[in-house]
Amino acid sequence: MAINDRHPQRRTLRARALAAGAATVLMAPMAACGSDDGGVPVLNFYNSPVENMQSVVDRCNQEAAGKYKISYQVLPRQADDQRVQMVRRLAAKDDSMDILGMDVTWTQEFASADWIREITGDLKQEVESETLEPAVASAQYNDKLYAAPNNTNVQLLWYRKDLVPTPPKTWDEMIKMSQQLKGEGKPYQVMTMGAQYEGLVVLYNSLVASAGGNVVDQDGKKAVMDEGAVKGLETLKTFATAGVTSPSFSNAVEDDVRRAFQGGGGAFQLNWPFVWASMVQEAPGLAKNVGWARYPAIDANTPSKTTIGGSEQAVSAYSKHPDLAFEAIRCLRGPESQLYLAVNSGQAPSIEAVYNDPSMNEAYPMKDVLLEELKTSAPRPRTPAYQNLSTVVSAELSPPASIQPQQTADSLRKSIQDAIDSKGVLP
Amino acid sequence: MSVASREKAASSAAAPAPRTGLSEGKKQERKLGWLLCAPAAIVMVAVTAYPIIYSIWLSLQRYDLKFPDDREFVGLANYATVLSNNYWWTAFGVTMLITVISVSVELVLGMGLALIMHRTIIGRGLVRTSALIPYGIVTVVAAFSWRYAWTPGTGYLANLFSPEGAPLTERASALAIIIFAEIWKTTPFMALLLMAGLALVPDDLLKAASMDGASWWQRFTKVMLPVMKPAILVALLFRTLDAFRIFDNIYVLSAGANETSSVSMIAYNNLMRGLNLGIGSTMSVLIFLTVAIIAFVFVKLFGTAAPGSSDVDGRR
Repeated sequence: MAINDRHPQRRTLRARALAAGAATVLMAPMAACGSDDGGVPVLNFYNSPVENMQSVVDRCNQEAAGKYKISYQVLPRQADDQRVQMVRRLAAKDDSMDILGMDVTWTQEFASADWIREITGDLKQEVESETLEPAVASAQYNDKLYAAPNNTNVQLLWYRKDLVPTPPKTWDEMIKMSQQLKGEGKPYQVMTMGAQYEGLVVLYNSLVASAGGNVVDQDGKKAVMDEGAVKGLETLKTFATAGVTSPSFSNAVEDDVRRAFQGGGGAFQLNWPFVWASMVQEAPGLAKNVGWARYPAIDANTPSKTTIGGSEQAVSAYSKHPDLAFEAIRCLRGPESQLYLAVNSGQAPSIEAVYNDPSMNEAYPMKDVLLEELKTSAPRPRTPAYQNLSTVVSAELSPPASIQPQQTADSLRKSIQDAIDSKGVLP
Repeated sequence: MSVASREKAASSAAAPAPRTGLSEGKKQERKLGWLLCAPAAIVMVAVTAYPIIYSIWLSLQRYDLKFPDDREFVGLANYATVLSNNYWWTAFGVTMLITVISVSVELVLGMGLALIMHRTIIGRGLVRTSALIPYGIVTVVAAFSWRYAWTPGTGYLANLFSPEGAPLTERASALAIIIFAEIWKTTPFMALLLMAGLALVPDDLLKAASMDGASWWQRFTKVMLPVMKPAILVALLFRTLDAFRIFDNIYVLSAGANETSSVSMIAYNNLMRGLNLGIGSTMSVLIFLTVAIIAFVFVKLFGTAAPGSSDVDGRR
């Protein structure tokens, strides 16, 4: 204070600088709005943070040649936070969102809530003819197409070739191998996502599908929880209590698992293909020793079924430029974009033909296993209430070590039915 | 009861200016007072009453954004659903537990801190400022640093206390960490309010007491605490209401996993994630009612017991 008073000049200078700074900050949003001028409609594309997505957007803008300009708006990293932000805006009929990059699990809900537009015409033809079948199914609601899959996904089993010569075929086998490694004092952990969130539901859904079970019926109107669903609970419990998981298993999400495995403590990792690109870049030494195999099965003679993931693009019902937005999607999810993102960001293409491109061999060496798994992949329970169902299921399964198979199945059946009837209370 | 009311009657009879006999000037003054605060009161009612009434209206409907066509009036069915639900009562219990433990610990710690801050002579400004730092840090930011500290592998506290486990994923330890973060964060606030109360205690009174041979503990319990009572009650009321609405610490630390949801957290989940406006609003209304009851109990039961706030004095 006293020092400032002795230098009145400096103080005015500082005040002026502050004022100028404030003015810049205040003007910035107006400058952003100004990009609308020149008559080029701006299409806001809300999507999760994807490495190199900006390059795809830039290329599409170039191709559009002034017809429209896509602006990539990055959503939070976690799927739950992404959905909450989108849903909040859609509920408020926000017309500044045009293209929505959605997780596969949102399509039914958004379509049921009348938040996204049905896809018809050229784009529909294109999507249905070239995309892998399970991916198309995940973008439909009541037999109508509502979204265009821009990438798809299944988890693989990643294993250390230097520790395990042949990858395990079943969960039991994997647990045994891990326990043996533990006894020998080698890295032994089986790393996968077990936090109370969607990732745990995916794990459970894969187990149920592999056991041939069902959580809800075909129409998504009734909770089932059959024998297979109970078998899934038993396997999950066995896995969580066998002493082969990492201590943070019940708190781990995708990226934690990826980093922990790169750190070298694990023998097995069950995770999406994105881990490969990071591993090659960040831990090349380890990557040399890492192999991949089909997701473990429950029964040695029945191939596993893995939960399908991925993301899709839809047009908001409140968009001011729906026709342009559909056109932009054709570019954003087109084969060229999918190939680019597959090579540069580790996103598995949803267009089957893309897998034949020679550049896929190097970036996606696991593509054969991946395609094989994709074609037989299992959907998640198909109901608009999926998010609620997922929240309830993840709560009841968490922490997985505390599951009591039959008892948990009974209480799940009731909670899932309540969620479907929108009578349910979420924890 | 009757003794108390007789006493009250006696005291109001003895008062120099009974309530009914206000002078003209006093009446005018009171009228002016009402006029001056009317605009603020109207704005307050407009911005708080509308959302409250709207959420009551929503709580009487089946209204799920996922199923826009199924919207209908269901009366009190949502209240029955929520009040018979385990998740709700678990969250309610968790909230109560966090409130009671954190507020009582804060009261003790805050009192200690206030005494220290009140007494310091050397570096008074520094002591007071450094004590206030936790309160100055944005809760979410502080919560994130606690979360990292308690995450195995990256966190120093997790590695120190439980190298084999993940404390944030187990109910008891997660709750302990949440309560700890809450106490760490708001003890300075408690201390600040209590320090204001300490300033109310006249030095003469303390000197007189020590002349009479009262020990430090006696001076504290017999002189300081009674004089500070209004300040303590205000501090307790503020903190209790605040603690009951706990959200950010839980949101960041455990996201309500493993039965660590508070009532605010569970209402958020049902509204924002579940898109179930009916159930979510029902919870909001129930939280509102609980907060109102807490405030009422504090003001009615303890408020009148405080010296300097008896009926007669308060009116003047």
